[in-house]
Amino acid sequence: MTTELTRPLPRSWWLQKSPYFQFMIRELTSLAVLAYSSLIVWALWSANDKGPFSTFFDFLETPLSVWLHMLVLVAALYHTGSWIALTPKVMVLWQDDEQVDPDLIAGANGILFLAITGVLLWLVL
Amino acid sequence: MKSKPDRPAPLFWLLFAGGGTASAMILPALVFITGIAVPAGWLSQNDLLALVRNPIGRVVLVGLVFLFLFHWAHRFRYALVDLGLRGLGSQGWLFYGAAAVGTLLAGLAAVRM
Repeated sequence: MTTELTRPLPRSWWLQKSPYFQFMIRELTSLAVLAYSSLIVWALWSANDKGPFSTFFDFLETPLSVWLHMLVLVAALYHTGSWIALTPKVMVLWQDDEQVDPDLIAGANGILFLAITGVLLWLVL
Repeated sequence: MKSKPDRPAPLFWLLFAGGGTASAMILPALVFITGIAVPAGWLSQNDLLALVRNPIGRVVLVGLVFLFLFHWAHRFRYALVDLGLRGLGSQGWLFYGAAAVGTLLAGLAAVRM
């Protein structure tokens, strides 16, 4: 008979060191992604008619919505930053026999983010 | 200890990465639009409604909900395991199921619009 052996770990392990904490915050930014997905679903359901859509639109103008958006914005930017910082580790590129500078890959992704953000805001606003 | 290969796992990792990239690239801009531009009065109700109702806009929004939700499902369930909630986090169907239901809701709303 075999038993699975797991090393006991206090639940607060991620509070004990700064990198652990940053890791957990990074993973929990997914909750902001969930929250914004729900908002999009609400927008889609209310877009049928002017009445429901104005309920949705009025909510966007409430202080509660603005505060929640600020929270989601901070989390979203943290996610963007940490995701881009990881791109050179996921995408290891070689040119001839030399490895492409990791900072170049992260930098290119950062520029792509700024370009997409700029184009999207220019299109919408 | 014998364990069966987890065949759907690569698919969920792929969706996690796709959703992670999509949200990293455009979520801040979306939050800026609904969280700052709308309350500041830079985007009217009719303009926002036109964007959501636009056929391309609709398809993009449903696609984003799909990627975003599967990104959340995968990342959050492993975060729960890391937080000591192994029992809950290992119920993958719960999280991927929720993501599938959310995507379905978004798709349905877009189709009957």
